[in-house]
Amino acid sequence: MAVAKKEQELIVSVSPHIRSEESTSKIMWTVTLSLLPAFAMAVYYFGPRAIYVTALCVVGSLFSEWFVQRMAGKEIAVKDGSAFLTGVLLGLNMPSSVPFYIPLVASFVAVAITKQLFGGLGYNIFNPALMGRAFALITWPRAMTTWFTPTAAFMGMDATTTATPLGILKEEGVHKLLEVFGDKMTLYTKLLIGYRAGSLGETSVIALLIGAAFLLYKRYISWHIPVSFLATVGLLTWIFGGKEGLFTGDPIVHLLSGGLMLGAWFMATDYVTCPSVKKGQIVFGIGCGFLTALIRLKAGYPEGVMFAILLMNCFTPLIDRNLKSRVFGARKEAGK
Amino acid sequence: MEHQLPEEKVSYLQILKTAIFKENVIFRLVISLCPSIAVTNSVRNGFLLGIAVVFVQVMVNVTVAAIRKFIHPRIRIPIFMLIISGWVTIVDMIMAAYARAAYKEIGLYIQIIVAFASILARAEMFASKNKVLPSLFDGLGSSLGFLGALVTISFFRELLGKGTLLGHTIVNAKPLLIMVMPTGGFLVVGLLMGFFNWIDIRFYGGKGAGGAGGH
Repeated sequence: MAVAKKEQELIVSVSPHIRSEESTSKIMWTVTLSLLPAFAMAVYYFGPRAIYVTALCVVGSLFSEWFVQRMAGKEIAVKDGSAFLTGVLLGLNMPSSVPFYIPLVASFVAVAITKQLFGGLGYNIFNPALMGRAFALITWPRAMTTWFTPTAAFMGMDATTTATPLGILKEEGVHKLLEVFGDKMTLYTKLLIGYRAGSLGETSVIALLIGAAFLLYKRYISWHIPVSFLATVGLLTWIFGGKEGLFTGDPIVHLLSGGLMLGAWFMATDYVTCPSVKKGQIVFGIGCGFLTALIRLKAGYPEGVMFAILLMNCFTPLIDRNLKSRVFGARKEAGK
Repeated sequence: MEHQLPEEKVSYLQILKTAIFKENVIFRLVISLCPSIAVTNSVRNGFLLGIAVVFVQVMVNVTVAAIRKFIHPRIRIPIFMLIISGWVTIVDMIMAAYARAAYKEIGLYIQIIVAFASILARAEMFASKNKVLPSLFDGLGSSLGFLGALVTISFFRELLGKGTLLGHTIVNAKPLLIMVMPTGGFLVVGLLMGFFNWIDIRFYGGKGAGGAGGH
C-alpha cells in the first residue's frame, strides 16, 4: 500500500523545475582545464620554475581557503575548485624568477583576505587572483618585474633578464622593439606563440586563445566582455599609441603583448566580479579597455590590465543596478 | 546612544574602561580613521599624535562639561568647534616652539585634530551631558584608546613596512613595502578590527563592532 501511495504522490516544488547539470565546482574545474595549454607553454618556455611557482600558488590558495574556513567555523569547501583555480591563475600571473615566499603570501592575500574575509565564494568584490598579484607587485616591485627571456628550458640555455615587449615599447619605442625581435612579422609571430619575456601564463597568445575558445564553446563565458575589452584597447592604442600623431600606433603589438589576453578572457570574465547583464558586460569591457590603454600609454606602469580590471570590479554593482533589464509588465518607479 | 549616567552609580574606573575598550574610537566606533592611516607609518609619529590628542580631548571634555549649562543646544556644535580649535591652537603653538623636529613631520596633522570626529563625538555624546570629573575620565579613556590604537597600528606598519621599530632596525629588509603606503594602513586597520571583534565574540560574548565610518 505504502509503495502504491508513494507513486501517486504529487510533488510540489518551486521553480526552477529544469535544472542544468552544471555546478560551481564543475565550472571551476573546467576553467582550470582550459588553462592547461597556457600552463603547458609556460612549462615549455620557463622550465621547472613554472611548475614550482604555480604549485606554490595552488598550495597557498588551498591552505588559505582551508585555514579561514576552519577559523570561521564554516563548511570546508576546498574541493570545489575555486581556490585551486585562483591559485593557478595567480601562478600564471607571476614571473618565473620570484622567490618562494611571494607566491605564498600573494595567494594568502588572494584567497584569505580578498575572498574569504568578504564572505567567501560569490561575495568578493575584487578578483582574488588579481588582488593577490596587485599586492605582490606593490610590495615587491623589483622581484615582480624581473623578467627572464624564455629559453626553452629544456634546450639547456642560460636564462637572461630582459624587459617585456611592453616595457621596451614604453621606455624606448617601437624601433627598439623591432631591433630586438627582427622585422614586424617576426615580432607578431613571436608574440603570438609567446616567445617573449613576461609572466608565466600570459606569453603564449595561441595557447590562451585555445583555452578561451573551449570556454566559449562550452558557453562558460560569453564574448561580450573580452571582445569589447580587446576592441577598446586596440582602437585606443591605434589612435593614441603612436609617437608621430594620431592613428599611428600599433594595435597588434598592444593586443598580443602584456597580460591582455589572459586578463580579458580569464580574469575579467570571472562570474563573481563582472556584471551579469549583457549590456553591462559591454560597458565593463569598454571600461577595462579604456583604463588599460590609459595606463599603458600615459601612466608609470608599462602594463595596466590588472589595475584596469580591479578598478572596473568596483563599478560592477553600479553597472548591474543601472543596466538591468526592466521586468516585463513592471512599471518604472515614480520619482526615479 | 544613551550616555546620561545615573548619578554617582558608575565609577570613574568604569567610565575609563568603557571609553578605552568598549567604545574604542577606531576599532569600535570606527571614527577618526583618517589620522589612523595617515600618521601610522611609524610608531613615533603615531605616538606623538596620540599624545597631542590625549591633551586636546581631555581639555575639550573638561571645558565643554564645565560650561555645558550655558551652551544653547541649537548652536552647540559651533561652540564645540571653537573650544576644540582653541585647544588645538595651544597644542600647535607649544609643539612648534618646543618640539621642532616632531612638528615638521606631523605638524599638519596636529592642526587637523580640529576636524577629528572622535573629539567632537566625545564632546557631543558625553561631555555635554555630564559633570566635569566624569567627562575628564571619559576624555582620558577615549583618547588613550585612540593612542593605543594608533600605536598598535603603527607597530605593525613600521615593523612590516620598514623593518624598524621607533627608528631602530629590527629586520634588515623591507618585508612588506605595501604596509607603509595608505593601502597597507587600510589593511592593518581592517585586520586588527577583525581580530578584536573575534576576541570580543570568542571570549567576552560580545557582538563585535558594527556601524559606519567617519573621518
